[in-house]
Amino acid sequence: MASDRHDIEVSVNGTTYRRDTDSRTLLSDFLRHELRLAGTHVGCEHGVCGACTILLDGVAVRSCLMLAVQANGHELSTIEGLAGKGNALNPIQQAMHEHHGLQCGYCTPGILMTMTAFLKENPSPSEDDVREALSGNICRCTGYQNIVDAMMAAAEALRTAAS
Amino acid sequence: MKPAPFKYVAASSLDHALSLKSEYGDDARFLAGGQSLIPTMNFRLARPSVLIDINGLKDLAGVDRSDTAYIRVGALTRYRDLERDGDFLRCCPLFADALPHIAHPQIRNRGTIGGNLSHADPASELPALAVAMRARMRIKSSTRQRDVPASEFFMGLLTTDIGSDEMLVEIAYPAMAPRTGTCFQEVARRRGDFALAGVAAVVTLDEVRRCTEIRLALCGVGETPVDASAAGAHLIGTDCNDEAIGAVAAEVQDMIYPSGNVHATPDYQRHIAGVLARRTLSAAFQRAGHGV
Ligand SMILES: Cc1cc2nc3c(=O)[nH]c(=O)nc-3n(C[C@H](O)[C@H](O)[C@H](O)COP(=O)(O)OP(=O)(O)OC[C@H]3O[C@@H](n4cnc5c(N)ncnc54)[C@H](O)[C@@H]3O)c2cc1C
Ligand code: FES
Ligand code: FES
Repeated sequence: MASDRHDIEVSVNGTTYRRDTDSRTLLSDFLRHELRLAGTHVGCEHGVCGACTILLDGVAVRSCLMLAVQANGHELSTIEGLAGKGNALNPIQQAMHEHHGLQCGYCTPGILMTMTAFLKENPSPSEDDVREALSGNICRCTGYQNIVDAMMAAAEALRTAAS
Repeated sequence: MKPAPFKYVAASSLDHALSLKSEYGDDARFLAGGQSLIPTMNFRLARPSVLIDINGLKDLAGVDRSDTAYIRVGALTRYRDLERDGDFLRCCPLFADALPHIAHPQIRNRGTIGGNLSHADPASELPALAVAMRARMRIKSSTRQRDVPASEFFMGLLTTDIGSDEMLVEIAYPAMAPRTGTCFQEVARRRGDFALAGVAAVVTLDEVRRCTEIRLALCGVGETPVDASAAGAHLIGTDCNDEAIGAVAAEVQDMIYPSGNVHATPDYQRHIAGVLARRTLSAAFQRAGHGV
């Protein structure tokens, strides 16, 4: 079959990109290979591990379960957009750092994007809420407890910053 | 690149989507949430030659409560929106029990009710809910429209009554009778996994708390959702005492033929089905009693 190409325009972390892409290119591969934003990781490529989680119009989704063409006209946020000026860690990143919420770091971009959307919708979560929100992100290193601690601390830091 | 090549078309209207489907037939698939279709394409278990993206068809999404007899849910309504719709969850409380069991938040953010029911995974929660609630499926092609009861919609493993030129456009759930209580429970090995067995129970009582109707449907224990309502006969006319509920659970265990999988033997699935039938019926009875 001749390749089926489409012109698409997406905004990623506030920057607009126009590209010509094959319809069968997954959004995860588009970000990594076309836009060279390799902070979005891929683990399983069938929706199970959560490493590829990004925000689509502010909502956490698996980028391995979307086609790049489907992102046409939408706003995406990826791990590259979290840090502030001069790469200053944002409160969620800072809490992960302080609570030793990562070891190899492979799962970390997906976890940070998942929890960015979650903490925005749930500024005062219980520990159970945090565990439920994390249930779709597999981490092979940390045993999760430090991530949960980090997220409780991040929620508090975000609340303080907002008040 | 994981999927095999295909032609992608973003449908601009329902008519457009249906005319493409009648043109390409079985070679084409609708792309809804993509949370089942894209993984199977990434594995190349599915190799459609045309993908008709229906995500732009906003009229296909949303809950319509204007009809008092039915709550009508558009096929493109995402789990995410149902989970956050308090009015809908009050009208259809089985969904409040079942939705949190479906996969993970990120998948519920994309997955749609129409994609779920069209995919017809027998381990999925929503086909069992549709059977328990006596939902009606509205199916459309370019030239006709028909309504199919859930009992006739699920025809086999991953197989429904939807024809090659048709789309599921809406699911209508009958409004609950007064003094009705419901409960869904399941057992899975890990959070978000497909159920080893799950049971949806609906119990309706009369003014003196005697049971007048039972609906019971199971997921995960057959090639389609299993309607076990006939076992509820033990409860009709009773006050749903433990003995009667136990008799229903035992009969449910005799009605099913689970196949077993890497996580569970058939005997274990049958055991869980019995335990869950007992628990969901008791809970549904309690909840129905609150309305007496
Ligand atoms: C890790 C993981 C865990 C999961 N766990 C669960 C779980 O526990 N329980 C559960 O129920 N599901 C689970 N799912 C599947 C998920 O619920 C899917 O969202 C759902 O099965 C399909 O819905 P969709 O909108 O994503 O459909 P799609 O994937 O887009 O489509 C599925 C199929 O239906 C067809 N289709 C879609 N819409 C229509 C329509 N309107 N008319 C006709 N045909 C249509 C498509 O062509 C395709 O063949 C899981 C998925 C993943 C990736
Ligand atoms: S790579 Fe997308 S969920 Fe694992
Ligand atoms: S830190 Fe290694 S997988 Fe999570």
